[in-house]
Amino acid sequence: MKKVMEESDIRRALIRIVHEIIEHNKGIKKLVLIGIKRRGDFIARRIAEKIEASEGLTVPIGALDITLYRDDLQLVSEAPIVEGTDINFDVNKKIVILVDDVLYTGRTIRAAIDEILDFGRPKAIQLAVLIDRGHRELPIQADYVGKKVPAAKTEIVDVHIKELDGEDCVLLHEDKRRKSKQKKAVCTSPRIQLHRQPKQKVKQLTIENPKSDES
Amino acid sequence: MNPKKDLIGIERLTADEIYQYLDLADNFIEVLARPIPIVPALRGKTVLTLFFEASTRTQISFSIAAKRLSADVVSFSQATSSVKKGETLLDTARNIEAMKVDGVVIRHSAPGAALFLGQRLDAFVINAGDGTHEHPTQGLLDMMTMRQHFRDLKKLKVLIIGDVTHSRVARSNIFGLRTVGARVAICAPPTLIPLEIENLGVEVYNNLDEIIGDFDVVMALRIQLERQGTGLFPSVREYRACYGLTKERVMRMKAKSIIMHPGPTNRGVEIDPDVADSKKSVILEQVKNGVALRMAVLFIHAGGKIE
Amino acid sequence: MSSLLIKGARVVDPAAKLDAVRDVLIRDRRIARVEKSITDKKARIIKAKDHVVVPGLIDLHCHLRDPGRPDEETIETGSQAAIAGGFTSIYCMPNTDPVIDNEGIVNYIYKEAARVDLCNVFPIAAITKGREGKELTEFAELLRAGARAFSDDGDSVADNNVFRHALEYSKAFNVPIFEHPIDKALAQDGLMNEGLVSTRLGLRGSPAIAEEHSVARDLLLAKFTGARVHLCHISTKGAVELIRRAKKEGVRVTCETCPHYFYFNDEVIESFDANYKVNPPIRTEADRQAILEGLKDGTIDCIATDHAPHCQAEKEVEFANAPYGMIGFETAVSLVVMELIGKHKMTWLDVIKKMTVVPAGITGEKAGSINLGTTANVTIISPDTRWQVTEGSIRSRSKNTPHLGKELKGRVTHVVCRGKVKYSFDGK
Repeated sequence: MKKVMEESDIRRALIRIVHEIIEHNKGIKKLVLIGIKRRGDFIARRIAEKIEASEGLTVPIGALDITLYRDDLQLVSEAPIVEGTDINFDVNKKIVILVDDVLYTGRTIRAAIDEILDFGRPKAIQLAVLIDRGHRELPIQADYVGKKVPAAKTEIVDVHIKELDGEDCVLLHEDKRRKSKQKKAVCTSPRIQLHRQPKQKVKQLTIENPKSDES
Repeated sequence: MNPKKDLIGIERLTADEIYQYLDLADNFIEVLARPIPIVPALRGKTVLTLFFEASTRTQISFSIAAKRLSADVVSFSQATSSVKKGETLLDTARNIEAMKVDGVVIRHSAPGAALFLGQRLDAFVINAGDGTHEHPTQGLLDMMTMRQHFRDLKKLKVLIIGDVTHSRVARSNIFGLRTVGARVAICAPPTLIPLEIENLGVEVYNNLDEIIGDFDVVMALRIQLERQGTGLFPSVREYRACYGLTKERVMRMKAKSIIMHPGPTNRGVEIDPDVADSKKSVILEQVKNGVALRMAVLFIHAGGKIE
Repeated sequence: MSSLLIKGARVVDPAAKLDAVRDVLIRDRRIARVEKSITDKKARIIKAKDHVVVPGLIDLHCHLRDPGRPDEETIETGSQAAIAGGFTSIYCMPNTDPVIDNEGIVNYIYKEAARVDLCNVFPIAAITKGREGKELTEFAELLRAGARAFSDDGDSVADNNVFRHALEYSKAFNVPIFEHPIDKALAQDGLMNEGLVSTRLGLRGSPAIAEEHSVARDLLLAKFTGARVHLCHISTKGAVELIRRAKKEGVRVTCETCPHYFYFNDEVIESFDANYKVNPPIRTEADRQAILEGLKDGTIDCIATDHAPHCQAEKEVEFANAPYGMIGFETAVSLVVMELIGKHKMTWLDVIKKMTVVPAGITGEKAGSINLGTTANVTIISPDTRWQVTEGSIRSRSKNTPHLGKELKGRVTHVVCRGKVKYSFDGK
């Protein structure tokens, strides 16, 4: 397990993102923030606080639950939890800053964009993420990135948020479920093979040799 | 929690399962309020509503719920007499299986018809009322409505008035409310109260005026007019006099209590018109919640069960 | 001169109060010897160690659907099922189409049964013409043709006066009236027993009082007329109590119950499986216990199957729309062995009595024992053999039994009827 961001790193990254948002949009007029539940929601709130600190104005903020827009409902083994979407403002003609913790395949963002478009026709949708870990499956890029963390597909990027996890940090570690599956396979197969392998090897050798002679 | 394939009745549901439907339904209320109140959750799924008993309201409610989730809806309705339609139902099952629909919503006059279909189909089956057995989505939407008014169902006192013997709505409500721990009472002439119902944990009363002031929720059941004169009760006039929700009786109800009715109402029989339209009446909320609740049911049974 | 020697079996013959290991020799179709050890080198031998040999079983109540519904059962298929179930005599009810209410149909049944040549088939004729409950049939003519009892089974004779006359008239012939006790008005075409389970399932209930009300009437009229009444398929606690009391008072009443009333209680209906739909309905656990008690104390005289075949198309429907009845020939012995002898520790003598000598006595049939010199009707049972009920194993043309797919214990292995081996279990 590796800590790729400390609390201070996260704070600094978010301050930078806030500056980029304000600079890129030449102010905060027409700006609204929508966080993707659950962690994107909290990051969006932090960004909103920092914008207010910097500009002295509040930005409307909403939260999105994309469960109903997922393309993999059939693939989920357990009944998915729908937490509900909470957008209490008009998104028409607004610049929506969509906020999530980690950008990975891009499928969540696709679902989020679809859902926002069902609420109205924003002037633009921009994407802010704390971590971009690569491995996109759809043509989606973030406009504001806290940190790029090139991670293997077997790894997990865990964003911890004070409100939910008690601390702010980003962890990188092996996928435990994958590991345990592999472990099981590693554990059981040698046990069976320990007794059989030598015998099989001998047999294979004696059979293979004459064959190769013939050919 | 993995849902069962079918929703046949509330009797077999645990409290957790009941709350799972209610919680999700609460979320869908928000979806219904959106500018475009449609989500793509069940895109590509086909839901068949199969109504062998006329019930325009329930069928519409299910259809809207399915469409709000982007499912394709095919509706079939054929009111049948109760005479030997069995072959038809078995044939229907075989035909549905051949057409590969994902889910079936069935309304039928025979108790057990939904179970019958569920046992013979890979598609999920939702019971939209099987004779006098159960009407689980109505029971759940009633509980959903109660919870919106009184947070904690456990502390609730519910009174059901009317023909409990012939009411699937009463059964589903009794099973659900008892499972979550609410207090349930029924009040009706003894001829409309089925044997041993008290063994389901239900209090039984015959005199409405003595008890109406004790309850948070008063639910009037629809009286089938054709039952008058069959010996179950002498006349509609007498029924109204003893068990009708009249203005005078409603005045005696608790201050914050509500009045429910599964609809369609016989105005002037089990409920007076001005009572049905009064502030205490939540009948239209029930209808509205019905769509959200049925979305939740369809979503849970259509989504996430394949590994 | 063919002879058959059954060796080493436990012979249970209630008529002789015999329950001991014996060899049984059948020669010239008659019981020749019943002794501790018999050797007969010419005889065909059935090794029956660990088996129980009983007199051929007698079923006072079945439906063969012949004439009328050959798609459901015929005398031929019904006889095949009966003999496989260990029955050497069966009494078929008259609710056929046309009804057994004239000698022509009685003759037809005997002719068919003789052609099939498996078990004995005795017709029970209708009490009233067309089973309409109005006019008495010609008892004397029907008896001369071979009818063994009278019944409007499926219905009670609802009109008290007609029933009184039926009982009175039967006295001239000392023939029993088989009554299906049910008060139709109280039963309300109920689909199952009325009680907690029907309340939960929303299925229209037929209350116990519908049976008991009719039993009470039948007992009063039997007492009043002095006639013999046999009450069919008793299923409720109250009915058992009424009959117990009437017997003490000397009323000439006998009665039967069926395996499904001592084996199941009404919770099985939760499955909405129409194979459990019978008339009278399967009752509560309290009723079941009372039936068991009645069997033990002798209030209930015999065990009949009420074998009632129905085709799949009619049974595989919604519970409300299915006809009443389940088949019973081929599972009766297993249910008796498992429930009465196994679980409730009734003796073989007590149980077999209710399936042999007692029913024979009710109809006056000369059968039901292993007496020397009598025509050999013998059933051999392996009490410990487990077997699977499958559609293939059922010989009845209809497969409407809730035991389908279940494993049962206790199996009829051989049946000798009129001195010949008519059935032997092939192990499948």
